[in-house]
Amino acid sequence: MSCRRSGSSWKRSREFGADVSLLDFYARNSRELLLLLGQHLYLVALSTGVALAIGLPVGVLLTRRPAWRGPVLGLANVFQTVPSLALFGLLIPLFGIGAWTAITALVVYALLPIVRNTYTGIAGVDPAVREAGRGMGMTDGELLRLVELPLAARVILAGVRVATVVSVGIATIAAAVGAGGLGVYIFRGVATVNDTLILAGAVPAALLALAADGLLGLAERKLVWRP
Amino acid sequence: MSAPPVLEVRDLRYGDRVAGVSFTVGAGETLVLLGRSGSGKTTTLKLINRLLEPTGGEVLVAGARAAGLDPTRLRRRIGYVIQEVGLFPHFTVARNVGLVPRLERWASDRIAARVRELLALVGLDPDVYGHRHPHELSGGQRQRVGVARALAADPPVLLLDEPFGALDPITRVELQREFQALEGRLGKAMVFVTHDVREGLLLGTRLGLLDAGRLVFLGTPEEFRRSELPEVRKFMEAVA
Repeated sequence: MSCRRSGSSWKRSREFGADVSLLDFYARNSRELLLLLGQHLYLVALSTGVALAIGLPVGVLLTRRPAWRGPVLGLANVFQTVPSLALFGLLIPLFGIGAWTAITALVVYALLPIVRNTYTGIAGVDPAVREAGRGMGMTDGELLRLVELPLAARVILAGVRVATVVSVGIATIAAAVGAGGLGVYIFRGVATVNDTLILAGAVPAALLALAADGLLGLAERKLVWRP
Repeated sequence: MSAPPVLEVRDLRYGDRVAGVSFTVGAGETLVLLGRSGSGKTTTLKLINRLLEPTGGEVLVAGARAAGLDPTRLRRRIGYVIQEVGLFPHFTVARNVGLVPRLERWASDRIAARVRELLALVGLDPDVYGHRHPHELSGGQRQRVGVARALAADPPVLLLDEPFGALDPITRVELQREFQALEGRLGKAMVFVTHDVREGLLLGTRLGLLDAGRLVFLGTPEEFRRSELPEVRKFMEAVA
């Protein structure tokens, strides 16, 4: 502090320098930035999409086969607990260096919130509503499509939101297994002790997470029925 | 009994909860099933529309064995009203009422006409209430919608499980009176479950008393009042 108050010109220029040089850096590397941003989005979108395609039916299945709930959610929990870098490491022998390892790991992380929220959302539907539906002669598919999924949509979307935001964060680590993304700048910056480079990756990654959260929040308000 | 039995239940069993129940209900008749909690009333209803599968005996709807029908098809021919109503909260009143016709792929103008007719029947102005959601209705209005919904596809049989049980006493009497007026006009075979003897005597053309899964009494309200059966006496004394 005393250093800053004393007005060390070196320190001040370095603080300003961080901002200026970041914009400077982007100006000079805009193509690379767009490429990494694109890779990052690709990793997140594909893995969240796959996790949704697997997680939604699995969550629905758990509401139909309550006995499977414990084992399946337990397993998903175990995967969620493995540190991300360790999971990437564990997957390398299977999928090698590259995007597939990263996507697989991201899918694994995104599954738990989606499966759990799908299950919780549907299980939370008023039993009287379900009984009335069945009693009126709705098939299981009709009940799911017309009643359970619409009523559970808010909870399911919240799960997708969590999964997406977590994926944006974990996808930065994908760079460590050669899958690209904004983590490339961060790892490169850490390796060369270059703050600008670290920020060049970290700032857009953080903004991306906020944007994804905001957009999905908006979708939730637009799509979900509420009283 | 003059009317042919629209609904016939023969020696119906479900574990030890329903132990051999038999009755018939004709068009325009209302059989009230009375009994204490846990006597098997609700279970009996659920065995009729196969929300539960009987472990013995059989149910015949218009002469056809229920067990031989697809449960979905069977249930669309049997209206079902429950105490909690179970309206779909994300559907408007009109969509709730028109649900079964929609599942049956009626033309949309026919559904709309049917919905208006039914809402008017249960005393709700279709123009006022059709576009509302269930949370915008009172308990009594919700149960009116529940009845309208159960009648939508004009099923020959109607099962009612304590439909007025959750309503305040004034609304309850109001709905009982209106229901009584409807009964004759509708010409349905109804099974009405309640533990309220007063309600049973008012609405039933016949009363059945269930005790530990067995039908210990079956007869007209007049016969019920005069019965010397100890189980029946206990219920009558509860009213007096």
